[in-house]
Amino acid sequence: MTQTFMLDGLAIPFEDGQTIMEAAIAAGHYIPHLCYHPDFTPYGSCKLCNVNVNGKICAACTFPAMAGQTVISESEEQNRDRQRITQMLFVEGNHFCPSCEKSGNCQLQGVAYHLKMTDDHFNHQFPHREIDASHPDILIDFNRCIFCALCVRASQEEDGKAVFAISGRGINKRLIINSDSGQLKDSELTVNDRATHICPTGAILIKHTAYQVPIGDRQFDHHSISEVSMDQDSSAP
Amino acid sequence: MYEHLETAENPDKLKRVVIDPVSRVEGHGKVTLLLDENDQVKQARLHIVEFRGFERFIQGRPYWELPVLVQRLCGICPVSHHLAAGKAIDQLVGVDPENLPIAATHLRKLLHFGQVLQSHALHFFHLASPDLLFGFDSDIAKRNIIGVIGAHPDIALQGVKLRKYGQEVIRVVSGKRVHGTAAIPGGMNKPLSKSDRDYLLTDIDQIIAWTASAVALVKTLHCSNRSFYDEFASIPSHYMGLIQTDGALELYHGGLRAKDTEGAVIFDHVDYCKYNDYIHEQVKSWTYMKFPYLLSLGKENGWYRVGPLARVNNCDFIDTPLAEAARIDFKQHFESPQVHSTLAFHWARMIEALHCAESIKQLLNDPVTLSTDLVTQGEKRFEGVGVIEAPRGTLFHHYQIDENDIVTRANLIVSTTSNNTAMNESVRQVAATYLNGRELNEALLNNLEVAIRAYDPCLSCATHAMGKMPLAVELVDNEGKIVDRLVKSSSSHIAAA
Repeated sequence: MTQTFMLDGLAIPFEDGQTIMEAAIAAGHYIPHLCYHPDFTPYGSCKLCNVNVNGKICAACTFPAMAGQTVISESEEQNRDRQRITQMLFVEGNHFCPSCEKSGNCQLQGVAYHLKMTDDHFNHQFPHREIDASHPDILIDFNRCIFCALCVRASQEEDGKAVFAISGRGINKRLIINSDSGQLKDSELTVNDRATHICPTGAILIKHTAYQVPIGDRQFDHHSISEVSMDQDSSAP
Repeated sequence: MYEHLETAENPDKLKRVVIDPVSRVEGHGKVTLLLDENDQVKQARLHIVEFRGFERFIQGRPYWELPVLVQRLCGICPVSHHLAAGKAIDQLVGVDPENLPIAATHLRKLLHFGQVLQSHALHFFHLASPDLLFGFDSDIAKRNIIGVIGAHPDIALQGVKLRKYGQEVIRVVSGKRVHGTAAIPGGMNKPLSKSDRDYLLTDIDQIIAWTASAVALVKTLHCSNRSFYDEFASIPSHYMGLIQTDGALELYHGGLRAKDTEGAVIFDHVDYCKYNDYIHEQVKSWTYMKFPYLLSLGKENGWYRVGPLARVNNCDFIDTPLAEAARIDFKQHFESPQVHSTLAFHWARMIEALHCAESIKQLLNDPVTLSTDLVTQGEKRFEGVGVIEAPRGTLFHHYQIDENDIVTRANLIVSTTSNNTAMNESVRQVAATYLNGRELNEALLNNLEVAIRAYDPCLSCATHAMGKMPLAVELVDNEGKIVDRLVKSSSSHIAAA
């Protein structure tokens, strides 16, 4: 007999071991997220996928699906909180969409549009972060890092390299590079690594490819992040 | 000629009149007048009071961001900055203009002609025509585009549709009407589709007809009060701009040509990468905008004008038939080697709009424009200079990068900056000629704005004097006596004075 839980009033089937996120995606329901990726171990850091499970707030990407759960995702309250979280992500870094080469292909921008974010709400922190352009093929703009740790997981779990790590806590949290100099040029990262291509924002970029995709052909020009995400996440092995 | 009105001897004893902000221009500026007890003008200045700082904060960014980042300088002529930066970063990947794929050059020109057309239409119809159609001293309540729509709906509608067409050209090539993406290092990012080409061709004959009507209109206005139009804010000046190898009018790429007040060549077909051997800038303490000058003539006499009047003055001919006929008619009207009438900027501007419309049709009908061969690469360089004729004049972008592709130095000489001295000179001429000894009112003061507006200044583009502005700090006691005074020069040297 198929086990189910209720998501926004709909019965969602699931298998033992699935998270709420995995079951929702399998059933064709989008839950906003940034740090979740079906290919990598759930991390639960961005909190965008927070849902109300029987009255308690849980990250859908890490919380297991269980029979009889009542899960609320698409409520005014949940989406308001998601919008606030997204606004915090914007003001904690330096995200200037108008000139960012990831614009139109950026998941942070895409989820902000999805959540109808029209302003930053909070004061910008304008942190001072340097660019690491030392690598001949890859550039890291730390201004745009949201600490989702997808590059950390991709490097460890798929590339087998451990090029990246998250260091520090709270406001001092930062992405660090595993090399003697701390610079990308001295790391093992290559342009073909999965970690090089996994960043949901414009933090990790392939050099010399900017703006080659014209406006109109970019990922989110004609499809919302919910459509793109459901298409990609549900087709993951 | 009117330099004596730049700085009054005893400013604290004079009456101050301020126009703040100057209206119907892009960006924020103000005019100050200092008058004596007999209402004689002793000082007249155009101040640029906003500050941008792009040259500084693009340092540290990767060079391929430049065309998209720097175009945010402006919402009216972002394509100019996009393409000037694009030309500069072509050089950073080892591609000189002659080696750019032909289709990429065609698309950049198409984009540029669309932009100049929409910018010129915006300026003439929306910003300048209320003065010209109703009179400088007409009812201020109607002296605006809404008034033009009410009194001359056909003219206003043509202006709106001309601008719309130019913006559609921009949208088709760059993806957005404002702040799109198009130029990438060594080429362009999207070919022109046949359907888009056919779409733009649909209305082009009407656009050409409307721009020809605009030339006729501005000529009619000029001839309606010829001596006034010829003399108002008129100042003899040098002129500079790009020129084609054969001397034809050029907006996208060419050598630098400068002519003196009599039309004699000062320099010609100069490689713009060597601009620093020919043009320098000075700064003054009362404005954020610099004052460029021709090095060979010095700070005092080397100022020059750029923009439509400069280009039409400097060129030997225009390579599209209707615009060339209009240019010949223009030159015959003035019967002098160089046209110095400041209001003739409007006439020259519409001749260029006609040239743009004709050029757009030529490019759209050229099969090469549809080619998909759009990008090439060469060997990396560490310095690039891109120069283009923006709607308001010659625009310089100069960048240096390091071995990691990061911008280390940037210098922008924006079109309006080159007209800084000229605009101030025109303001002083108008103040001395029309305002001296008269009781000032809005209508009279509008004469000053009309003079500035003729240049179509983009003040927001043109403010880059960061860290170089001379400053004077005075410590004054409670009786007004100066106790101490420090002066910082443009080289940042601080000394007691």
